[in-house]
Amino acid sequence: MTIAVRTLDDGAWISVNDSRQVSVSDVWTLSRGVFCDCEPAYVLLEAFVDVSVDGSIVFADAVGQCLECGTRDPIDRLPVGRVVDGEFRPYDPEGVQWRVEPESERASRE
Amino acid sequence: MPSDVEQWKDELYGTDIRDEIERFAEEGWESIPEDERDAWFERFKWFGLYHQRAGQESYFMMRIGPPGGVLEPGQFRRIVEIADEFSRGPAENPEFGNGWIDVTTRQAIQLHWIRLEDVPEIYERLEDAGLSTVQACGDSWRNIVGCPVAGKDKHEHVDAGALANELHDTYKQNEAHSNLPRKWKVSVTGCDEGCGQGDINDLAFEPAEKEIDVSGEAGGSSDESDGGETVTGYNVRVGGGLSRNEPRFARNIDVFATPEQAVEVAGGLSALFRDHGDREDRYNARIKFLVDEWGPEKVRETLQEEYVDFELETAGEDLRESYSYNAGEADGKHDHVGVHEQVDGNYYVGLNVLVGRIGIDDAYELADAAEEYGSGEVRLTQRQNIIFTDVAEENLDDLRAEPVLEEYSPDPHPFQRGSIACTGTEFCSLSIVETKNRQVRFARWLKANVDLPDGVEDFHIHLSGCTASCAQPQIADVSLRGMKTRKNGEPVEALDIGLGGGLGEEPQFASWVTERVPADEVPGAIANLLENFADARESESQSFREFVAERDDEELAELVEPEETSYEDPYMHNTKRTWYPYAEDDELDSSPAPARADGTPIASDD
Repeated sequence: MTIAVRTLDDGAWISVNDSRQVSVSDVWTLSRGVFCDCEPAYVLLEAFVDVSVDGSIVFADAVGQCLECGTRDPIDRLPVGRVVDGEFRPYDPEGVQWRVEPESERASRE
Repeated sequence: MPSDVEQWKDELYGTDIRDEIERFAEEGWESIPEDERDAWFERFKWFGLYHQRAGQESYFMMRIGPPGGVLEPGQFRRIVEIADEFSRGPAENPEFGNGWIDVTTRQAIQLHWIRLEDVPEIYERLEDAGLSTVQACGDSWRNIVGCPVAGKDKHEHVDAGALANELHDTYKQNEAHSNLPRKWKVSVTGCDEGCGQGDINDLAFEPAEKEIDVSGEAGGSSDESDGGETVTGYNVRVGGGLSRNEPRFARNIDVFATPEQAVEVAGGLSALFRDHGDREDRYNARIKFLVDEWGPEKVRETLQEEYVDFELETAGEDLRESYSYNAGEADGKHDHVGVHEQVDGNYYVGLNVLVGRIGIDDAYELADAAEEYGSGEVRLTQRQNIIFTDVAEENLDDLRAEPVLEEYSPDPHPFQRGSIACTGTEFCSLSIVETKNRQVRFARWLKANVDLPDGVEDFHIHLSGCTASCAQPQIADVSLRGMKTRKNGEPVEALDIGLGGGLGEEPQFASWVTERVPADEVPGAIANLLENFADARESESQSFREFVAERDDEELAELVEPEETSYEDPYMHNTKRTWYPYAEDDELDSSPAPARADGTPIASDD
């Protein structure tokens, strides 16, 4: 089944199948090293710049800021949810530490 | 590759959208195919309809854009009547009740909780009164802003209202200018105070005069001399804007235009933007980025070679030296609040509207007062305030005695007078934090607890929920921008604090000196900052903006000492994760949206 994803409203939302599903303004918990040296890093997503689907996983490219050290940087391929039986199930930004796929792994897979 | 939005616009955009809105309104919100909603909601913006944020599906914000903010007699009342009947939500706002109008920083009015099914009736009633929502949002000519007292003002150099109206009539619903790469914000200033705020617009016309050859295309008033004719008109600046952490002041492209030429120059620049703006990357689409890339010289050359058929004059002598509007350090008036004499001997009375929001009952009373004591005309300012014009001197005392003017005062406390706030998470998809109610509470607490230093009569605090900067935070004494931080182990709403912004002859963006301050510590930070300013400034005549300009960010950061005070903030939680931040049960799952025209919720498939 085709999954339609796009950023909307000047990068404020990720739309999945024409429904706004993931919003900026949530704080995501990321493992140390993938964004900054904080452990864990609490990162406010400020804007989505792109979105993609790999298998059933929806990935976002975003700009974020660490709430502890203030680092502001792009984040590539942050997994924000997955599609199960045609329905989008967002990941909980607060509950789980998400690991951003390292560049090296992505490059080798591509 | 063009973006999705560009593809949608290629398929259908501009005036053709009206028929589709009417069709969907007739058949009901549910008739919009689910897999086409992103496209339709993007297109609806062109007709002034903005789908509200997640949790409020099927409800729309409607924006009405009168050029220059001028609402002719009867128009303000018509908008209030429409808001009364159609702009009521499923829950109350604790500060404003249920039903209001919002005055925006682009001299427009926004209504919320509009149902698609009601839109054709609303359009009809607006048009019957000479009003329109056309191109109030979307990728085209937005509401043209300008001097809100044009035609009445003693400070007027050239009639900005006439040009704003002509631009509106020429380029709104003009197919050649309907589909631009991004929004196109135009300002026309005609006075020596700079109240059009041209520096932060995509295209700015600013008052100027120039001696030109008498055989040329003269337009405005003129004085002949031996060398030619001194003509009043406009200098032209391009590429200003505040959004996305990429603020720019409009750049001088060294062009003077008579009022007649200005219409053609505006069309030429709009066409230049249409043809050369970036349609592949919406984040790079505004003309400010094209001016960055090209430089003002190439903008001028291209305009001359490809888009106008007369020889452009070089820039004339401007009036920027006297600009005082929102200028921080300048003498003169900083806004239009208060009682001011018009050129005809009548008066205009500027009334403060805290954060731009007027409840329905108050709005009726204001409409009554405007009609009883003035001409009935109500004008909107870029500081979210309103102005009654044409008040005879003998009516001033009676107008001042009206009970409704206690709240909407011509002589408000500086903390209320200086407050601006955007829509925030109450309705907006982009905002990170709650804004309007918070700013009301900030102003109330500051008024009750903080003394402004001696000699400080104007102090501007602008609160914007995100980097889109709709509250124009970068041009305030104290700039507040939505953020998050962690406090006691929990994520909470926070604000970045910037200092020292303002317009005037030499505009300055605020410097973001302290970031991620928990929102409940911001009033304490402002109180401490003002106390430190009072202690450390050179003299009572030194303005806050001058004080900031003398110091580096590190020193300034030390003067901002955030702390908890008696101020209480009920909106520290993630207000974006609610269906409505003030509802008793505010969980997204408890949302009554989407709803049918009669307000009954539409059950989801599962």
